[in-house]
Amino acid sequence: MENKHCFHCGDDCGNHPITFQDKSFCCNGCKTVFEIFNENDLTCYYDLQNSPGAVPKEIEGKYDFLTQENIIEKLTEFRGDSIEIATLYIPHIHCSSCIWILENLNKLNPNISDSQVNFGKKTVRVTYNSDTTNLKSVVLLLSSIGYEPYISLDDFNSGKKQINRTLIYKLGVAAFGFGNIMFLSFPEYFEVNEYWLEQYKPLFRWLMFALSLPIVFYSAQDYFISAFKGLKAKILNIDVPIALGVSVLFIRSTIEIMFDLGSGFFDSLAGLIFFLLVGKFFQQKTYEFLSFERDYKSYFPIAITKINKEGYEETIQVYDIEKGDRILIRNEELIPIDGILINGNAKIDYSFVTGESQTISKQSGDKLFAGGKQTNGVIEMEALKSVEQSYLTQLWSNDVFNKNKEEGFTSITNTISKHFTIAILTISAVATLFWLFVDPSKAMNVFTAVLIIACPCAIALSAPFTFGNLLRIFGKQKFYVKNASVIEQLAQINTIIFDKTGTITSNKDSSAAYDGELLSDSENIVLKNSLRGSNHPLSRTLYHILEENNIITLDAFEEHIGKGIEAKHNAVNMKIGSASFVGNTNEKTILNTTVHVSSNNIYKGKFTFYNSYRKGVSKLFNQLKQQFDLVILSGDNEGERENLKKLLPSKTKLIFNQKPEDKLDFIKYHQSEGAKVLMIGDGLNDAGALAQSNVGIAISEDVNVFSPACDAILDASRFEQLYTFIKASKSAIKIIKWSFVLSFFYNLIGLYFAVTGQLEPVVAAILMPLSSISIVIFTTIATNILGRRIIKKTEKPHKSLATSTICL
Amino acid sequence: MSVIYILLTVSVVVGVTFFVIFIMAVRSGQYDDDYTPSVRMLFEDELVKEQTNISKQTKTKTD
Repeated sequence: MENKHCFHCGDDCGNHPITFQDKSFCCNGCKTVFEIFNENDLTCYYDLQNSPGAVPKEIEGKYDFLTQENIIEKLTEFRGDSIEIATLYIPHIHCSSCIWILENLNKLNPNISDSQVNFGKKTVRVTYNSDTTNLKSVVLLLSSIGYEPYISLDDFNSGKKQINRTLIYKLGVAAFGFGNIMFLSFPEYFEVNEYWLEQYKPLFRWLMFALSLPIVFYSAQDYFISAFKGLKAKILNIDVPIALGVSVLFIRSTIEIMFDLGSGFFDSLAGLIFFLLVGKFFQQKTYEFLSFERDYKSYFPIAITKINKEGYEETIQVYDIEKGDRILIRNEELIPIDGILINGNAKIDYSFVTGESQTISKQSGDKLFAGGKQTNGVIEMEALKSVEQSYLTQLWSNDVFNKNKEEGFTSITNTISKHFTIAILTISAVATLFWLFVDPSKAMNVFTAVLIIACPCAIALSAPFTFGNLLRIFGKQKFYVKNASVIEQLAQINTIIFDKTGTITSNKDSSAAYDGELLSDSENIVLKNSLRGSNHPLSRTLYHILEENNIITLDAFEEHIGKGIEAKHNAVNMKIGSASFVGNTNEKTILNTTVHVSSNNIYKGKFTFYNSYRKGVSKLFNQLKQQFDLVILSGDNEGERENLKKLLPSKTKLIFNQKPEDKLDFIKYHQSEGAKVLMIGDGLNDAGALAQSNVGIAISEDVNVFSPACDAILDASRFEQLYTFIKASKSAIKIIKWSFVLSFFYNLIGLYFAVTGQLEPVVAAILMPLSSISIVIFTTIATNILGRRIIKKTEKPHKSLATSTICL
Repeated sequence: MSVIYILLTVSVVVGVTFFVIFIMAVRSGQYDDDYTPSVRMLFEDELVKEQTNISKQTKTKTD
């Protein structure tokens, strides 16, 4: 029988759908949201897209901190007398229905005067009347309709963000100048010695000069700065020949029009800078909705509830927590500091930290580490450290987080530019010397002409366009790369290090194997039904793994916390739980998680839980083993060693019990031995390793929500395509090399004109844009062919994506 | 032939005008989000439909 799907969120409604107005809902939350929309005539929401909603979460008391003045001050971007504007990040924004409902917020709360969605960034900018409503009620309204904003410590620190638009301005100035100079330079190219044209020549030329001033001194200034920095560091980067070419172009053209020697090269100059900036613009475009710079601050809450000495609750800033403070953690809240559990039923989900989705139960007096999320009611804890000194957050004091990976990496363009610059300077020197002997009047002309025509516009464009285009193609395949230089570094990798939990294993499922005497049917039924009544995470997992059985009413059911369950039905009396609880005394210590079963006090057997590995792990490793050193670096114990040995190629190194710092040091050590390391991880405990590695890729089940700082984010469903992506990066390098060859060919033609002293402005005006445009066309076509090959490879596994994990 | 001065002035003025408009557009944030407006513009119909729905309802109420 097929279950109905929720009208609001699209989830399976299970056996007991809630029906309202002939529509079925999976839970009361979804129904409530529908009721809100229904009352306010906003049901259009469901017309635009089928089941677009999200289940609203329990938020009781969670946003009390939003009434604090200093926090409101930080979160709002404008505060007037009665108007406040705040931009909130909402991860759930995913379709046109979301835009529609969020832009109609004023129908739900008339005090909201305007709300505007930015789909790319997944934000909504809300303008509201602060006399009649406040930030807290806006956030609560959003949460109640399933669009809970994500407010973290990061928002508090960064405050108001400024958008950097200088590149667009520079591009605009260059485009404006380029277009107008083209018009003005045209008449002279026809070389008609017409009287009027002769007379107005100086005017046209000086106009071109005037238009080129902002281009050279504003639009092109980055190239001069970068060239200067490069020279200071004794590196001949690509901007050195560009800056040289631009200055020679400008100075020679100015001298030419000053002494009426010719019309100058202003059009080539403007065109050159325009094309270069277009390349830069293309490269700069990246994924707005993804953040590659997250540290623990993006995960941590801004404020937390403190219980003061008199026993009252008060909201305090996370940074103000001191050692010894008593703190209240509500359901679904994150623990921001290390501490000791005082009371409450703690079930901590450390998946942000380790990638392990299994929740861990803690007893009063146990130590709790920062980064865990409470999933079972309210707990109280005592702080042992301040936020910055906690076990997890200390990792960020490591220097590696302040380093810029792009520094110290010589890109292919800069490698070539070093040789290129030297070659060009040699050619121009030789040619000048030659002409000094033959015809000294032409020597200066030839010297400048060589520098002008050799200006490596085409070389500078090939990498941005190739990588920029590939970045886009990767993005469509759910592999989100931070910037172009990452693709280049990816092509040079020789060692790949994987985290285990959450990276090569899947968070969604785990599997269990039964070992022992077979259970009878009646025992199976009792087992399943007693698991049904238990909330222990292992019981829940086991319950989902076992086959469906009839639902029966148990005669007796008792859960012994920390030990197991005891259940009775007719003649069957079962105990499920730890070895000692069940009565198995000859249990050897093993590392895997196990659940033991006994029936009528006779020991039956045990369920052993195994990680369930992602589909295609084995195949991927076999593809990779030819070219790369493979390492598994896990924070877990050795329980899975045998399984992994069976699954992976024999040369894979398996290293267990690694702390976050150990992972970082391991990579550092191998890098000092000359390895180029690709680290693939997922949790915050991999953050150090991801930052230290040459390329750090974070695997994510949901790319919008959680991923540590990294260079690229890979959607978990595309994990097995990793090899394809690495191969594509290598092909991209090949494409760039070919386009270098192409641009050398153009340079040879240009150099012929330059060296022989025949370089006319019109030749430069044709040759320079032609070479740039043909390079752009070549790289675009080549990368698109490459992209099509990637799509072909990923298409096949698409069909069977529904089962993305295998069980062992 | 000094009409060329007028023509030149006109062409430069037109060019500068468009340039200034472009800068103003960028400053106003028009190019910051190049996706949402394309969806938003399709919503006008739904809003109108809804308003008529509401007016129908109010009509039936007054009836």
